[in-house]
Amino acid sequence: MRDDKNRVMNLNKNNLALTGGAAAAEALKQINPDVMPVYPITPQTPIIEVFAKMVADGEAATVMIEVESEHSAMSAAVGAQAAGARAMTASSSQGIMLMSEILPIASGMRLPILMFVSARAISAPINIHGDHEDVMAVRDLGWIQFFSENSQEVYDNTFIALKLAEKARMPAMVIMDGFLTSHSVENLEILETPLVRKFIGEYEPKNNLLDMENPMTFGPVSLPNSFFEFKRQQIEAMNGVLTEYENVAEEYEKISGRNHDIFESYQLDDAERAIVVAGSTAGTVKVAVDELREQGEKVGLLKIKLFRPFPYQQIAEALKNVKNIAVLDRTVPLGSNAPIFSEIINSLFELKISNCQLHSYIYGLGGREIFKEDIKKVFDDLKSESKEKVKYIGLK
Amino acid sequence: MEFSNGILQIISTGMKLDKKIFEIIFHARGGQGAKTAAELLAQAALREGKFVQAFPDFGPERSGAPMKTYVRISDEPIRTHEPVVDPDMVAVLDETLLGVIDISKNLDENESLIVNTTKDRETVSRETGYVGNIYPIDALGLSMEVIGEPRPNTAILGKIIKVTEVVRLESVMDVFREKYTDKIGAEKTDKNTAAIEKAYDSL
Repeated sequence: MRDDKNRVMNLNKNNLALTGGAAAAEALKQINPDVMPVYPITPQTPIIEVFAKMVADGEAATVMIEVESEHSAMSAAVGAQAAGARAMTASSSQGIMLMSEILPIASGMRLPILMFVSARAISAPINIHGDHEDVMAVRDLGWIQFFSENSQEVYDNTFIALKLAEKARMPAMVIMDGFLTSHSVENLEILETPLVRKFIGEYEPKNNLLDMENPMTFGPVSLPNSFFEFKRQQIEAMNGVLTEYENVAEEYEKISGRNHDIFESYQLDDAERAIVVAGSTAGTVKVAVDELREQGEKVGLLKIKLFRPFPYQQIAEALKNVKNIAVLDRTVPLGSNAPIFSEIINSLFELKISNCQLHSYIYGLGGREIFKEDIKKVFDDLKSESKEKVKYIGLK
Repeated sequence: MEFSNGILQIISTGMKLDKKIFEIIFHARGGQGAKTAAELLAQAALREGKFVQAFPDFGPERSGAPMKTYVRISDEPIRTHEPVVDPDMVAVLDETLLGVIDISKNLDENESLIVNTTKDRETVSRETGYVGNIYPIDALGLSMEVIGEPRPNTAILGKIIKVTEVVRLESVMDVFREKYTDKIGAEKTDKNTAAIEKAYDSL
C-alpha cells in the first residue's frame, strides 16, 4: 500500500523534518509578525530558540522583546497588538499559569494575539512533561484553541488560527503536545512564503492606539450599565468562529492541498466503538484502528482539533450512530468530569442522543507514555458493559 | 545462522529495511550526543525521500544519566507517537550501560546490537544476555584517532548504516557537512565524516 504521491512529494525541497517547535518557528518566519515578546526560560520550547535565530539571521523582521516574566510577555503582546501590530508569543505549563491574569484581558480587548502552547503539566508536584492541564486550565478565558496531532498540523493550524483570530478579533492558541510534538522531529511539508502571506493578508486592526486622528481608550472601566453588552459581543464573536471555520479551511486547502475539517473523523462512518482524543495520541489511535479493522473490528476515531469554540452540533452528528464511545482526556479532573468528556456529553445532548455508552478515560498525565496496546485495550474494554465511571490508562 | 563478522552477516540477510517502519533505540548517557546521532540519521533518511521520526525518551535531562533516544524510518507516513517498544536495531554509545539497563529488550536474534566498546562480541553477549547479531566497534578510539576528539556518536553512525543499510553512507555524510561545516569548520567536518567512513568500512 505504498503511497507514491506522498513519496514524490517528500522529495520536494519544501519537505522538511522538524520538531513541532521548529515547525512553529518556520510558520512564524513566514508570517513575519511585528512583535514577539518572550520569556525564554524553562518551561520554554524550541519555538523561541529557533525563531530568535531566524530573527538574528535577518530571516524575519520581528521585534523580539525579552521581558522579565510570562505575565509581562502577554502584557507586552496586549500593548503591541492594541497599537496595531501583529503580536505573537509562546509559552507552556507554569508560564501559562503566570500569564493567566492577562489572557482574558487580551480576549476582552478583542486583540487577536497568536500564541503557541507546548501543552504540559502544571505543578505541584513539579512536572513539565506532555499533558493538557495548562491549556485546559485556561480554556474559558476567551481564546480560540486548536489542538495539533503532529508537526504538520502545528504548521497548518497556525495560519488557519491566525486568519480566524483576526476575522473574529479574538486571540488564538495553537497547541502542540509538550515534548511529544514540540521536541520530536517529524516530516512536514511547508508552503511557499508568498502563498502564506497572501492567505493571511495584511493585518488591518479595526481600531488602534496609534490612530491619532481617532483617539480612543482601550480596556477602560465598564460598569454594570455596559459590561454585560461587551461580554455578549465577545460571546457572539467566539461563536462566529464556528461559522467562519469552513470558509477559512477551504481556502487553506486550495493553497496547501491539505484538508482540515473542524475535527477529524477516522473510520467513523460504520464504527460501533470509537475513541475521542486530542493531540499526538490520535496518531497512535489511527494505527490501532487500522490493525483492528484488519481483524474485522468496527472501530474508529474522532480527533478533536478546534476545542474553543467547541463544535457541539457537528460532533454530535459525527458520533450519533456510535454505540460505545471512550473519551480520552490528558487532564486531571478534580471534582468534575474531564473536559473533553464533558464536551462530548454536551454534544450528544444537542441531538438528545442517550442510547450510547460513554466512558471517560484519563491517560498520559505528567508525560506518562501511552502505547498502541493501551489503545487496543480501550477498544476491547468498550465491548463489555462497565460500571466504572472513570478509568485510568497506564496507571501504576 | 552462522557468521564470523559483520560483512558475512549482511550478505546472508541482505537489505534490512523490510519492515514497514524500521525502528532504532539509542542508549547513551546524557551529553554523549545520542540525540544528535539520531537526528543526523533522520535527516539523511529524509534526504532519500523517506519518512522519519527522531525523539528522545523524555525523562530528566541530566548530564551522565542513562537516556534513550528513538528513530523511525519508513517509506510511508509515520503516525504512531508511542515510544519505540520493539526495536529492529539497538545502538549503545556507552559500554558502562551494558548489564545495567535491559539493552536488548524485545530485540530478536536476527536483529542487531551495535555497541561502542573495546570488548569483544562474546563479552558483550555475556554482559547483556543477548545472543543475536552483535557488532562491537571502538567508536571512541576511532574518533580519538581520526578526529582527535571523543565523538563516538558520529563515528558509530558509519557502523549503523553499514549493518542496517537503512540509509546510504553519502546521505549521512552530506547531511553532516550541511549541518556542521559552518559550526565547526571544514577541517573538523572532514575529520568527522572520515570517522563515519572509517567506521563504515571497519569489520
